[in-house]
Amino acid sequence: MTEALLNPALVMIVGGMLLPLFKETARKVVMLALPVVSLALLCWLPTGDAGMVQFFGMTLETLRLDRLAFIFGVIFHIAAFLAVIYALHLKDTLQHVAATIYAGAAIGAVLAGDLVTLMLYWELTALSSVFLIWARRTERAYHVGMRYLIIQVGSGVLLIAGIAVRYVATGSIDFERMTLAEPGALLIFLAFGIKCAFPLMHNWLQDAYPEATVTGTVVLSAFTTKLAVYALARGFAGTELLIWIGAVMTLFPIFFAVIENDLRRVLAYSLNNQLGFMVVGIGVGTELAINGAAAHAFAHILYKSLLFMAMGAVLFRVGTVKASELGGLYKSMPWTAAFCIIGSMSISAFPLLSGFVTKSMILTAVAEEHLWVVWLVLLFASAGVLDHSGIKIPFFSFFAHDSGKRCEEAPLNMLIAMGITAALCIGIGLYPQPLYALLPFVVDYDAYSTTHVITQLQLLLFAAAGFAVLYRRGWYPPEIPSLNLDSDWLYRRAWPALWGGLARLAGRPQALAVRALPDRSAQGLVRVLQRHFRPGGLMAGPWGTGLMVLWVAVLLMVYLVSSFD
Amino acid sequence: MNDRRRWLDDPRNVSRLVHGLYVLCAALLLADLLYTKHTHFPFEAWFGFFAFFGFGAYVFIVMSAKLLRRWLKRPEDYYERDRPGAHDD
Repeated sequence: MTEALLNPALVMIVGGMLLPLFKETARKVVMLALPVVSLALLCWLPTGDAGMVQFFGMTLETLRLDRLAFIFGVIFHIAAFLAVIYALHLKDTLQHVAATIYAGAAIGAVLAGDLVTLMLYWELTALSSVFLIWARRTERAYHVGMRYLIIQVGSGVLLIAGIAVRYVATGSIDFERMTLAEPGALLIFLAFGIKCAFPLMHNWLQDAYPEATVTGTVVLSAFTTKLAVYALARGFAGTELLIWIGAVMTLFPIFFAVIENDLRRVLAYSLNNQLGFMVVGIGVGTELAINGAAAHAFAHILYKSLLFMAMGAVLFRVGTVKASELGGLYKSMPWTAAFCIIGSMSISAFPLLSGFVTKSMILTAVAEEHLWVVWLVLLFASAGVLDHSGIKIPFFSFFAHDSGKRCEEAPLNMLIAMGITAALCIGIGLYPQPLYALLPFVVDYDAYSTTHVITQLQLLLFAAAGFAVLYRRGWYPPEIPSLNLDSDWLYRRAWPALWGGLARLAGRPQALAVRALPDRSAQGLVRVLQRHFRPGGLMAGPWGTGLMVLWVAVLLMVYLVSSFD
Repeated sequence: MNDRRRWLDDPRNVSRLVHGLYVLCAALLLADLLYTKHTHFPFEAWFGFFAFFGFGAYVFIVMSAKLLRRWLKRPEDYYERDRPGAHDD
């Protein structure tokens, strides 16, 4: 039992809960120290299963350390540490606590050896992360947070249901590879799919991430979806369906990203598209493909954090990240612009940067399986990435036409966080061997072949030339203040309208029945009853406890008086 | 904040950059003649396959997204106004 306490997740979670006890400077030191201590513990722990805990007659394996869990554990710690530096200026303790617990929960989930432990941490990621949205403290953020929470907890509920079905059928809660035909596996698959933002289950991501706080979005972008990628890689590697789901995921967000005005929402679509590459890799399931998915998740967390950091700095200084209101900011924020460009080139997979050495592993794995349609889809999506993340993000915020907005450069701590992250993006691109050494399987892969470098540069620079032609001719879609309908329209508009319509329809026969009553006084009585019992009426409203106590007292008195003979 | 004129403020310099890009593209295209491509699929070996695919895919994505706007574009406060039910925002 005591060895179960030696868990990096608990270091983060307990440490996060204790943060409010510290004064400002001490709190900063503790916040910086937590991921470092936790990562040291992770590296110190021996490989294998540990931390057995009895729970309702089941044996939980709260700590499983193997190569797949380790690489995700490592990158989650790095992401948590970078996010702390980025948020160091922030005086909002709530966000610091939420972010630390959230990171800890994600780490605990990738180290979970069984499904029940996974589910507990799975739900904790949802419950802790929603505060990073609510911390914006606006009415809009409140509603967004509620929608986010419902969907995230919904994913957890599906997971619980799947585990229950599985446990009843097989008596096992082991978290190992499954096939979709096994009992409960489909429910678990859907639970993972929601968190991984599968098509039609994706919109919580684009809805919620852009509405979180400046620093909150950076934290959010790292964990939830990559936890789902890990869970899919663990549970459903080689499931062919994932290849097609992933391919669709790489495709459709790029069209939305082109016409989206909120640049943090553009990044959310781009995040969705990048997840698609990883999901394809998991679906292919060969050693190279799984390595590719893990490596790409690793690189992706860094460059995506970097891009969200840069846009967060713009939001922090300018007060908006709407492309239609920005432009020319490189004059005010040259460092932020430079770091943003490094992030953009990394995600676009330019040679010498991180995306180049990781994404190509997935494409090669797809090619080795002779899946030429999927391969072409991924190549097509790569050209799309160049548009939304490679060009649109840096171009419309820092260049394009000068908006005339002048501001200060980002705070020093933000610049340091972006600087380190950018250095890591370049480091991985120049010298990928340390990352390759962390991958689940032994790597025999070299990204820097002549063919790969030249063909990739051809793809990217000709796509960039496409942008130059379209933009200079005025054919590129202008940035305009607007929003675009996505699948959230179904539950934000269509469903409430349908429900309201049904409710009105259900009320109609009742009204007709009342009119048919022979007696006018009977009609009146029914109308009075209706008025008090309908939503918002006297009988349907919430009553104070005091009033109820008063009524109980009155009833008791009536009872007393009437029984007094 | 100093507001001196920057190098990029001159449209001629922007044009120079763009023309530089076109020259790079041409050089990369010609590079296809100078080495043996190691490919998985036969079509990859076609002259300039990646170049033309990149350009074509890019233009297709941007122009079709522009077309999508016709159906998907709504005012910014679309979800905030004309609320159909109290639960919607």
